[in-house]
Amino acid sequence: MADGEEPEKKRRRLEELLADGMAVDGGCGDTGDWEGRWNHVKKFLERSGPFTHPDFEPGTQALEFLLSTCKVLVIGAGGLGCELLKNLALSGFRQIHVIDMDTIDVSNLNRQFLFRPKDVGRPKAEVAAEFLNSRIPNCAVVAYFKKIQDMDESFYRQFHIIVCGLDSIIARRWINGMLMSFLHYEDGVLDPSSIIPLIDGGTEGFKGNVRVIIPGMTACVECTLELYPPQVNFPMCTIASMPRLPEHCIEYVRILQWPKEQPFGEGVALDGDDPEHIQWIYQKSLERASQFNIKGVTYRLTQGVVKRIIPAVASTNAVIAAVCATEVFKIATSAYIPLNNYLVFNDVDGLYTYTFEAERKENCPACSQLPQNIEISPSAKLQEILDYLTNNASLQMKSPAITATMYGGNKTLYLQTVASIEERTRPNLSKTLKELGLVDGQELAVADVTTPQTMLFKLHFTT
Amino acid sequence: QTRAGLWGDHGQEALESAHVCVINATATGTEILKNLVLPGIGSFTIVDGSRVSGEDVGNNFFLQKSHIGQNRAQSATELLQELNSDVSGNFVEESPEKLLDNDPSFFSRFNLVVATQLPESTLLRLAELLWNSNVPLLVCRTYGLVGYMRVIIKEHTVVESHPDNTLEDLRLDKPFPELREHIQSYDLDHMDKKKSDQLPKSYKEKEAFRQLIRQGILKNENGTPEDEENFEEAIKNVNTALNTTEIPRCIEEIFNDDRCINLTEQSPSFWVLARAVKEFVAAEGQGSLPVRGTIPDMIADSSKFIKLQNVYREKAKKDIAAVGNHAAKLLQSLGKAPESISERELKLLCSNSAFLRVVRCRSLSEEYGLNTFNKDEIISQMDNPDSEVVLYLMLRTVDRFYKQHGRYPGVYNYQVEDDIGKLKSCLTGFLQEHGLSVVVKDDYVHEFCRYGAAEPHAIAAFMGGAAAQEVIKVITGQFVIFNNTYIYSGMSQTSATFQL
Repeated sequence: MADGEEPEKKRRRLEELLADGMAVDGGCGDTGDWEGRWNHVKKFLERSGPFTHPDFEPGTQALEFLLSTCKVLVIGAGGLGCELLKNLALSGFRQIHVIDMDTIDVSNLNRQFLFRPKDVGRPKAEVAAEFLNSRIPNCAVVAYFKKIQDMDESFYRQFHIIVCGLDSIIARRWINGMLMSFLHYEDGVLDPSSIIPLIDGGTEGFKGNVRVIIPGMTACVECTLELYPPQVNFPMCTIASMPRLPEHCIEYVRILQWPKEQPFGEGVALDGDDPEHIQWIYQKSLERASQFNIKGVTYRLTQGVVKRIIPAVASTNAVIAAVCATEVFKIATSAYIPLNNYLVFNDVDGLYTYTFEAERKENCPACSQLPQNIEISPSAKLQEILDYLTNNASLQMKSPAITATMYGGNKTLYLQTVASIEERTRPNLSKTLKELGLVDGQELAVADVTTPQTMLFKLHFTT
Repeated sequence: QTRAGLWGDHGQEALESAHVCVINATATGTEILKNLVLPGIGSFTIVDGSRVSGEDVGNNFFLQKSHIGQNRAQSATELLQELNSDVSGNFVEESPEKLLDNDPSFFSRFNLVVATQLPESTLLRLAELLWNSNVPLLVCRTYGLVGYMRVIIKEHTVVESHPDNTLEDLRLDKPFPELREHIQSYDLDHMDKKKSDQLPKSYKEKEAFRQLIRQGILKNENGTPEDEENFEEAIKNVNTALNTTEIPRCIEEIFNDDRCINLTEQSPSFWVLARAVKEFVAAEGQGSLPVRGTIPDMIADSSKFIKLQNVYREKAKKDIAAVGNHAAKLLQSLGKAPESISERELKLLCSNSAFLRVVRCRSLSEEYGLNTFNKDEIISQMDNPDSEVVLYLMLRTVDRFYKQHGRYPGVYNYQVEDDIGKLKSCLTGFLQEHGLSVVVKDDYVHEFCRYGAAEPHAIAAFMGGAAAQEVIKVITGQFVIFNNTYIYSGMSQTSATFQL
């Protein structure tokens, strides 16, 4: 303060200084908060720092944004989802939406801490929202007891950031595809307002990973599909109530039926190396599978599943969800430069993290805007294209439906998911592309569960 | 509820019999507890003399607005207890300092103590007490975007380390007699007679084994050929299984450890059994560890495969019995009852004999001592000025600031600017005192003032997960703990482990 200042000015300046100094301590405002509530958060938002993001401006506006405006979607209300909701709410986020298609099973209770025994059978998203909102005042979690595929583009567009705690690669690819479809280019330049960041976390036993995906700028889920090993983990909640795969049937028998029926004597534990035990599991799995009309249970699969089960553990979910939430916070507030862009965690032997930048794929089917080309002989059969779509490591489609624009209309060449159409179009698989009337440069539209948008492929005939 | 999974029923039993003490129901403390209560720790006791503040409720899931002004230990215990009715939650409304003054033996009842957000002086006192009473201590701290953990255990032995990638124990290079017999019963059918005379013995046996698997898998019980895919996968497994049989260096070190060589009546069963295995290796084992007894996942309905599996199983049983005999003799010579080591313990150690681990941690007074601190490690790590070890140096520095000023730097906005200079002096003093000629960028001094000793929830949550799992490792004796300092940076999303 200048020496020549009038006393009144000095007094007012002192007041300002003190008010500024108290900024971390008070701030009840009109948000129904109590004194000191956001002290831990404010230090990162009201103070300048040497490592902040270039866009960061210290002040009260960032916390305001979190409390009143920022809308975040949490996908999944299971092991990761519960942790994510808690972390976000205690970091200042209030407009949190959560979507999950499952109901609570008793096997969830040792990790998914927003659920109690009395909640078994109720939708996870709804119970999670209720608990959060009652534990954390002014938090406004909104729940959706739905599949992510049930929600349309306008639903997803409303969010500033989306964070996933999913147990399915298919679902991840779907949301990834949805966000990629929002990208808008003007004269080849990406419009930043069309970008919705996606934070994705996954865990498996003592291992986990987090990735920050800025659509159109960083590697997306499809760019690095090969990083995802063939899925061998089976969420217990799915096994108990909504089996979809033969593996789920086998797990059901292993976890529930075996302890109940004790087929080889009381207290005799399942031995993955004992063929008689495996045989018993196999037979029972076939029975369960037939109940749900699931195909694919084999002896071999049974043995593989029994020996490779990886249960979930609370601590890994805690770590991974914490990293995710910190990244959501960074992106929402520009407090720091976000993770660029992939972290791997493992605490089997000590604790280990590895952080690296996953690279974008130049011709990524989801985020590259480039048409996908297929080079193929006109005398190749349609089956070959189907095989390519399912087997190719970068595509890994599940049950693609192939249509072509021909004779002024759309011709379904092959579709598996509707039995009558499958039967009708099956003969096409053994016909050659030429026989089907396809020409060089023909565009095929392919739809599949792994992507919300149909993908276009261009045929280039080889001689 | 299915909980046991990753650490098995016996691990779960150990967890359910354990009693852990957590000092301070801070966000860090309650997050650690959450991750222990959920999987079913037997009991916990929170030690905390503080009253709940508005700030506490803001970052802690296990405190509510209605708790403001009340005892923090009690408030958190109530909400943590809700997570699992099988767990017994307790609290002591007392500061750790008072307990150290008035009732130091209080801590001896616990399997492990976790200390969160403690000032340095209290921590050093606690650490010394627990070191002398042989109670494991885990220090865990959240400071701004930095997480810190320090484990302090004199000796921690692990039988079931569950390594991620293990080599198979097929003994093809050193086949035991029963295996050789078994293989020879097949190779006459399938080996090309001409080739078999020219090839060296070990190669012949490897080929015979491959043929055996080929034959066993390609056709199932009815003689109908299996599909190619099955076969390819099985052969892949076989190829990775053809490794040299040798004793890992880690195990040799255990054999040569003083604790193995000099057994006493107080020796834990781990060391008695390690010695028994060592004696087995020199005798019946003929230089090799006991046969593990499991063979890789080879897809077959074939009874031939099962017969092969049994050859290994029977040999493993024989080896276990031989080790058991050595153990019994050792126990007798120590004046201990033969039942003091169970059959289960014997089997478990034998089948894991290639995976045994011993972890020994330096004490906190060694880490802090001016003559004993790990100067070399710090200097070499600081070759990279952004190494996570700089965050450790800053934590030591803010502790020094606390000692000098009775508070942490930058807690209030108006303090930040001045505290930067004061913190820098503390840093210079610390480095000088320790003879550490390293350069710490001013940016880190500024950043740590900026933190104002904040405990952001997401960082506390990360440490809660990390620390809880280390506690579980100690209690179950499975998987391997870190040794001894772990630093997490939420800013760079990196972490590192140092032995300080």
